[in-house]
Amino acid sequence: MTAPTRSFPGAGALRETGRLFALAIDVVVNIFKRPFQTREFIQQCWFIASVTILPTALVAIPFGAIVALQLGTLIVQLGAQSFTGAASVLAIIQQAAPLVTALLVAGAGGSAICADIGSRTIREEIDAMEVLGVSPVQRLIVPRVLAAMLVAVLLNGLVSVVGVMGGYFFNVVLQGGTPGAYLASFSALAQLPDLWISELKALIFGFIAGVVAAYRGLNPKGGPKGVGDAVNQSVVITFLLLFFVNFVLTAVYLQVVPAKGS
Amino acid sequence: MGAEVVVEGLTKSFGNQAIWRDVTLTLPPGEVSVMLGPSGTGKSVFLKSMIGLLKPDRGRCVINGVDIVTCSEAKLYEVRKLFGVLFQDGALFGSMNLYDNVAFPLREHTRKSEAEIKRIVLDKLELTGLQGAERKLPGEISGGMRKRAGLARALVLDPEIILCDEPDSGLDPVRTAYLSQLLIDLNAQIDATILIVTHNINLARTVPDNLGMLFRKELVMFGPREVLLTSDEPVVAQFLNGRRLGPIGMSEEKDAAQIAQEEAHAAAGHSDGSSEEDLRGVVPQLEPTPGLPERMAVRRRKDRVMQILHSLPPAAQQGIIESLTHDELLRYGLTAPRPRPAEVDDTQEIPAWPGGRP
Repeated sequence: MTAPTRSFPGAGALRETGRLFALAIDVVVNIFKRPFQTREFIQQCWFIASVTILPTALVAIPFGAIVALQLGTLIVQLGAQSFTGAASVLAIIQQAAPLVTALLVAGAGGSAICADIGSRTIREEIDAMEVLGVSPVQRLIVPRVLAAMLVAVLLNGLVSVVGVMGGYFFNVVLQGGTPGAYLASFSALAQLPDLWISELKALIFGFIAGVVAAYRGLNPKGGPKGVGDAVNQSVVITFLLLFFVNFVLTAVYLQVVPAKGS
Repeated sequence: MGAEVVVEGLTKSFGNQAIWRDVTLTLPPGEVSVMLGPSGTGKSVFLKSMIGLLKPDRGRCVINGVDIVTCSEAKLYEVRKLFGVLFQDGALFGSMNLYDNVAFPLREHTRKSEAEIKRIVLDKLELTGLQGAERKLPGEISGGMRKRAGLARALVLDPEIILCDEPDSGLDPVRTAYLSQLLIDLNAQIDATILIVTHNINLARTVPDNLGMLFRKELVMFGPREVLLTSDEPVVAQFLNGRRLGPIGMSEEKDAAQIAQEEAHAAAGHSDGSSEEDLRGVVPQLEPTPGLPERMAVRRRKDRVMQILHSLPPAAQQGIIESLTHDELLRYGLTAPRPRPAEVDDTQEIPAWPGGRP
C-alpha cells in the first residue's frame, strides 16, 4: 500500500495475492461477528440464485450428455457396457457438477457482485461506510460470500441430478443402453464420500468466487473503466483459481478416500 | 467540546509521487479551520489520511490520545465514531433513499427507537433544507442536494469532529452562503471541531478561525485566520486574489519563462484574471444566527491567539488588534487603547506597531 521500497519482479503479484488472502481471512473472521446481516444475505441468495439457476440447468444437460456419449463409446470398446452409469455418475458428481456450478456462480453471480462493490467503491460509498464506523467487509462482503457459498452448494445438487438425468437419457435412448444396468451400476463404483467431496468442492468454489469478486470490486483502478476491468479480471482470476484448487482437492481426495472395492 | 486533532510530520506518497511531506498542524478543539490549496495538491488525500482511509507513509495523527496511523482496526472504528465526514459527492448509499441514508448511522450505532430516529432524521433533513425529499433515491436528486444530504448524514450522530471535503463545489453562491452559516451555527450549537477543505475564497475569508494552505507538496502555512489573510507570501496572495500572476500555474508549478511572459503581458495592460481590489486583509468573521448560543470557540481562540501574538507577523498582529473591542483590549492587558484607524486624524502620525511595518 505504501512505501515504494525496493521491488523485485513479481513483487506486485505477491502483494496482490497476500491482500487477497488477507481479505479471505477478514471475511472468515467477520462471519462470526454479530449482528449478522440476515436481510442482505437473503437478498443476495435470491439474486445469485435467480441469475444462475436457468443457465446452470441448461449447461448441465449437455454436460451430462457429452460425458455419457464419450464414456459410452469408450466403454463399449472396452466391453464394460454395464458400467456406463457408474462412470458417468462419478464424472458428473465429482468433477462436472462442482465446476459447472462454480463457473456459473463466478460468471453470473461473481461478476454482478464485483460490479456492485466496484461502483460503490468509486462512488466513495465504501469509504463513507468505513467512516461511519461500519465495516464494509462485515456489512457487505460477508453476506455476499455466504450467499455465493450457499447457492453453489444448492446448485451443485441441481447440476448433479440434471446431469445424471441427461446422461441417462442419452445412454438409454440414443445409445441403446439398458436402463436397469445404468441405474444398477450407480452403486457399483460410486460411494457416499463422492457426494460429500462434491458438495465440499462446491462450497469452497463458492467461497473463492465470492472473495475474489469482492476483492477486485474493493480495489478497482481508475474510475468507471476500472470497474469494468475489475469485473473482467475477477472472472478470469476465479476460473484460474477454481481449476487449480479443483486439481488439488481431487488429488487429495483420491489419496485419502480409497476407491470402492479396492 | 470537540476533540483536538494533532498532526505531526505526516507524509504521503503514491508510488514514487510524493503528495505532501511533513505536514504538521493542530486543529484546536472546537474551532473551525479551513484548508486551502489549488486543485490537485492532495487536500482530499489529506482528509482521507486523517480518518485512516489512506495510510500515510510517516507521521502521526493523534485524536483523543489515539494515533490513528498506527492503532488497531478495532480502535480505528471506535475513533471514527467521533467523526462526521462530508465527502465531495456526498457518498450516499445508492440503494437507500435519503431517509434511510441519514438514519443509517443511528440504526447502526445507537439503540434508539424508530420514532426517535425519525425525529432526529427529519430534524437534520430540515436543517439542510431537504424536507419533503426523504423518499427520493440519491440518483434522483441534484448534486447540491446530494451534498446537503451527505452533510445531514454526517451530523446525525452529533460528531465531535466534522470534516468537509469541498462543501461548496457544485453549489451556487447563495447555497454556499447558507452552508457557511449552517457550519458556523453548528459550531455554536455542538462546539465541534470543524475542518473544511475548499478553494472557495469567500468561504475561507469569512468562516474559519484558522486558515491553512497546501501547495507544492507542503503545508505553506497554518495558523489564525489573520495570518494567512494578511500574508505577503506570493502563493497566498495569488490564490486569495485568484490571479494568474504568481507561482501557481495551470499545472501545479510554472517555470521562470512563463512567469516572465505573464509579467510582460500584465505590464502591457493585459488583465491577469483578478478583480482590481486586493482581497487580502482581515474581514469580519461570520457570526452565529441571532438567538443561538455564543460560539465558545471565539473566546478560546482569542485567548490562544493573544498568547502567541508576539510570534505572529506584524500585519497579522495589526489585524488581530484592530478586531478587538475596547473591553477586550483591556482584558488582554493592552492598556493604552490605540486609536482605531477610523478615529485617526488625517494629519496625525500613525503609531508604529510592535515589530514595525515593513
